[in-house]
Amino acid sequence: MATNMNLYSRGDKIFVIINMILIGMFAISALYPFIYITSLSLSSGFEARAGNVILTPVSFTLEAYSRVLAEPMFWISYGNTFFYTIFGTIASLLFIIPGAYALSRKRLFGRRFWNLMVAFTMWFNAGLIPFFLNMRDLGLLDSYFGIIIGFAVNGFNLILLRNFFEAIPESFEEAAKMDGANEFQILWKVFVPLSKPAIATVSLFCVVSRWNGFFWAMVLLQDEDKIPLQVYLRHVILELSDDEEFASSLLDSAYSFETVSAAIIVCSIIPILIIYPFLQRYFTQGILLGGVKE
Amino acid sequence: MAELDRTAEAEPATYTINQPTRMERIIDHLKADWQIYLLLAPTVIWMLLFLYKPMYGLQIAFKDYSVFRGIAASPWVGFEHFETLFTNDQFIRAIRNTVTISALGLFFGFPVPILLALMFNEVLSQTYKKVTQTIVYLPHFISSVIIAGIVITAFSPSAGIVNSLLNWLGLDSIYFLTRPEWFRPIFIGTGIWQEAGFSSIVYLAAISGVSPTLYESAVVDGASRWQMMWKITLPSILPTIIIMLIIRIGNILEVSFEMIILLYQPATYETADVVNTFIYRQGLQGGQYDLAAAAGLFNAVVAFILVMSANSISKRFSRTSLW
Repeated sequence: MATNMNLYSRGDKIFVIINMILIGMFAISALYPFIYITSLSLSSGFEARAGNVILTPVSFTLEAYSRVLAEPMFWISYGNTFFYTIFGTIASLLFIIPGAYALSRKRLFGRRFWNLMVAFTMWFNAGLIPFFLNMRDLGLLDSYFGIIIGFAVNGFNLILLRNFFEAIPESFEEAAKMDGANEFQILWKVFVPLSKPAIATVSLFCVVSRWNGFFWAMVLLQDEDKIPLQVYLRHVILELSDDEEFASSLLDSAYSFETVSAAIIVCSIIPILIIYPFLQRYFTQGILLGGVKE
Repeated sequence: MAELDRTAEAEPATYTINQPTRMERIIDHLKADWQIYLLLAPTVIWMLLFLYKPMYGLQIAFKDYSVFRGIAASPWVGFEHFETLFTNDQFIRAIRNTVTISALGLFFGFPVPILLALMFNEVLSQTYKKVTQTIVYLPHFISSVIIAGIVITAFSPSAGIVNSLLNWLGLDSIYFLTRPEWFRPIFIGTGIWQEAGFSSIVYLAAISGVSPTLYESAVVDGASRWQMMWKITLPSILPTIIIMLIIRIGNILEVSFEMIILLYQPATYETADVVNTFIYRQGLQGGQYDLAAAAGLFNAVVAFILVMSANSISKRFSRTSLW
């Protein structure tokens, strides 16, 4: 890696400074939309409609938030998202940890076959329609259980964890066996504690995809009381923007359609921001761990 | 040597009477190791139920599927649905749009993370590097609904920041999201904004593997940082770049259709409708399951061939395969 060994020449100094400025500009452009949305959510409806919000809130008000927080559907969908995220992640781990352990054992009969069975699902996908019809035939439409179980296993996560388990020296397992441990005990007392970073990575992958997932929830859930936050958010942004009655109900108020949807967006980003420090640490590792290699 | 080994193996053949048969060996193995199969079972059953059973359901692509008859009892119609698809202008347009959007995304989006990684590598202050990296990775973790919400708000004709800027410059407002010619720039730009930072991680990892001695000897030769970036760092990560490029080409049929569903509207179908959004509308919204399944099967088979070719080509570039 190029370290600060070579900063003698003027050209190098100029290069380093210009590079820093460009990187800074890129970072600002990555951050700006979030600042814009936050400012919008904190501005008055009038200023937002007039397009006067650019960087900071204009005529600061919390009206949009009080409108959002007074909406029962907001709380219902927020609660549902927490439910799907927590139990969905637990379900994933209950499948993936034992499955990855078994796949990583050399004495597993037909190991190549089982691994190929996992890999094939990553190359070939039956597609939206057969998956949907299958969920319907299994009676998992409009069901909390369907959302949780139907997306529990993911080939990428399974292989990531399997690679990690494979790298644990066999002597650990042999020592545990000498002490009379069975497979379940070996997995739970030896492999799981040794694999905390990998399990954390997989859990975070699950949490993020559960928190952000919207497509299948939109397709599989009809009952409003079961929809997650992302589906509710889509409903507000896409459908209510065309709803004239809703728009005119907002016309005379201190908030507008723009500030209300901005406020929901901010509310739904906050949990991601809270776990972001962990995300950043483990995702980088996870990408490098699981990306390549059989 | 091999000859000797074989005779050595043949020698104890007299003991075969005491040796367990293949069947007995399997039973012994199962007696000793049944627990790993119990651990594997839930995952295998899950895959059969949620991934392999839908593959069985793919047969409706060749059937006149009726919800009441079910998958098995619906009558076969051969390639009728495929014939319908390939004479359907909308489907042909969807294929063309998929490939065009992917190719444009590749052309404009692929170099950005490489450039970013090279630039991050030249930042001397570790704090500055960490802070900027933290910021540019962030959009990757934000859901497509939120990103779409931000895009819709920012490009809105009345209140959006983009039109405010245009007005400030003395230009007329444009209702961007209803204009077919604006869909692709907005969609591809959003994709680059969201993923470029995070995609740079792979290249940064490759850069960190470059031997420091290369730079040291370059310094002795009086090379500038600019020269080292282009003549040492970039060539060193070229294998990674080639592999990533092959993967991207292999996945050319994969467009983030969730984002398209959120951003497109009938006015922009002309440039925005891709194969998966076509399937979504015909099948999940329109109830033409068999036709949509046929479109999906076509997509999946072509994608499978592309991915497998990409995998075998990239194996030649590096010892490690992708899977």
